[in-house]
Amino acid sequence: MKKTHRILGLFSNFDEATNAIYDIRADKVRGVSVDDVTLISPIEHPEVEEALGDRPVYVQFFTMFGGLFGLIGSWLWISSAQATFLVQPQGGKAVVTLVSNFVLNYEMMILGSVLFTLIGFLAGSRLPSKPGSLYSEKVSLDQIGIILELEQNQVEPAKSLFRAHKALEIREEVNT
Amino acid sequence: MNPLHHDKDIRDDIAWAQINKDILKSLENPRRGYWYTVIGCLVLLAIGITAAVLQYRYGLGMAKNHPHMWNLYIATFIFWIGMSHSGTLLSAILHIVHADWRKPIYRFAEAMTTFSLMTALLFPVIHLGRLWNFYWVIPYIPSRGTWPNFRSPLSWDGFAIMTYLTSSALFLYVGMLPDLAIARDNTSGWRKRLYTILSLGWRGDDRQWRVFRKAYMLMAIFLIPLAVSVHSIVSSDFAMSIMPGWHVTTFPPYFVAGALYSGCAAIITLFILLRYYFRWEEYMTLAILEKICKLTFAIAMVWTYLNLVEFASVWYGHDVYAKEVLWGKMTGAYAPAFWSMMFFGSVLPFTLAFQKLRRHIPAMMVVSILLNVGMWLERWMIVSPTLSQSFYPWAWDVMWPTITSWAIVLGSFGWFGLLFLVFVKIFPSVSMYEVKEMVYHRKLAREKGVAHGAVHGHAGGAQPAHSPSMKKEGNP
Repeated sequence: MKKTHRILGLFSNFDEATNAIYDIRADKVRGVSVDDVTLISPIEHPEVEEALGDRPVYVQFFTMFGGLFGLIGSWLWISSAQATFLVQPQGGKAVVTLVSNFVLNYEMMILGSVLFTLIGFLAGSRLPSKPGSLYSEKVSLDQIGIILELEQNQVEPAKSLFRAHKALEIREEVNT
Repeated sequence: MNPLHHDKDIRDDIAWAQINKDILKSLENPRRGYWYTVIGCLVLLAIGITAAVLQYRYGLGMAKNHPHMWNLYIATFIFWIGMSHSGTLLSAILHIVHADWRKPIYRFAEAMTTFSLMTALLFPVIHLGRLWNFYWVIPYIPSRGTWPNFRSPLSWDGFAIMTYLTSSALFLYVGMLPDLAIARDNTSGWRKRLYTILSLGWRGDDRQWRVFRKAYMLMAIFLIPLAVSVHSIVSSDFAMSIMPGWHVTTFPPYFVAGALYSGCAAIITLFILLRYYFRWEEYMTLAILEKICKLTFAIAMVWTYLNLVEFASVWYGHDVYAKEVLWGKMTGAYAPAFWSMMFFGSVLPFTLAFQKLRRHIPAMMVVSILLNVGMWLERWMIVSPTLSQSFYPWAWDVMWPTITSWAIVLGSFGWFGLLFLVFVKIFPSVSMYEVKEMVYHRKLAREKGVAHGAVHGHAGGAQPAHSPSMKKEGNP
């Protein structure tokens, strides 16, 4: 069945939110797994993210690609520019100079790494985007939110679970 | 309460909502001193712009009719590049080693880096005189046969500084994203519209935090070698030449140490100013000021050592020209500047060794400014004495800058100050989400410590909730 419902539960502390996630992992709401859970929090919190299990991040591959691209790309760009435009004025001296080009390539490797890390960050965190209608501004204040993607018959058990963990507020959104 | 007994970096009982409120209030409601400083910066900037216009109207002779008229501009260029170093570099190092006391102060330090670089970049243009021809140094298709010389450290400078400026600005921006989202959610009017655009729709979900954590760490890792390379390359502008006094092997580490030193001193100055302007006594605490002061003292000693190494290697190297320049610095026309540099750079930092002084804000304000006077003199002493005794006897001259040159340099301080003050008024210059983390983890550690103490019958190293150090700083 299609998961057409989304609910947000807001909690006052990390312990309650973490326990709610562990209950979902323990199949307390039938058919809902940890893959249906999104945690939103005012601070980064690796300990709570552990409850969500391993969710791989690929930004480091962007960084590596950027570094290699910066290194090789700048080498090709600078060397070809030197070979094209500097042959005559060099008067017999080396046109493509390894040592000084190394400095430039080093800088471009770092620039490439940083720029591609930014691209990887934006792609991985799906930015820019809109925060979404279920987003609560209270999360940027001091509350922790759990968003669940659910089928219609799972909504009430999920709300009960949130209430059992002292959810301060529960919101629901239906995608038709 | 005796302030010497207050050792916590930050109180761990500040509510998260209160952190948002305190920091965001700063955007609206600074002390009057903030506006006085803005006016001061505007006046300095106006003086600088007037002098620059005069210089372009009547030519570089306004700076002095001499081939070395650029000495003040390039000394100030190095000063601003140096100033840029501590912000991003220290922020990155302290982030990697998880030194969480950086959290309330790194944002403005990174902004300082970005704006120092933007100020430094003015000087290569200013010292050319014909600024409208600046584009000749950019590697465009050489229709005039003006392809830049890639062997020259000056072109390395261009690559390094632009890379550093881009990377530092991105590091600052990425680190600020969660706070921009907080500002978006808690402001109205034009501010809300601005923060909505800049926060890119950040909502703080676990996916975003995971990617953020890794991306921010990767950027920090790359920024450390980048920052070191930038000032090493600036030192190559001098060290790669064969001029006496410049052709020194230790110049790269000497420049990097000097840069860190002046940057740390500037962080102390700005720390004290922001703490006052925005009433941030809760966040920019004396304990954190003390840590920066200790770091500055350590770097001052490294800088002093590298000075001694330079003097010793020149002295025992028996290069008569280099020796003559060194002796000329100590006893010649520039001797007052040299000995002032040594006093401000190597003797004055010993005030930082005393806890009472480190916690005395007016004293630290004066000391930090004087340390930067010393660091400015260091750059002046690098550039000018060598030029005054260069290989061309016809160019020998003791170069004292003209009023026009000084006015342009003062204008650069106005430009930097204005950029910085506008930034701290528009953007949260204390990291709200990281201060929340800091408070959260400190509180957690205290509670664990108390629990541990209850089991084992001792305090467990953490402060119990009723400890005097839990009281609000500054409150009786």
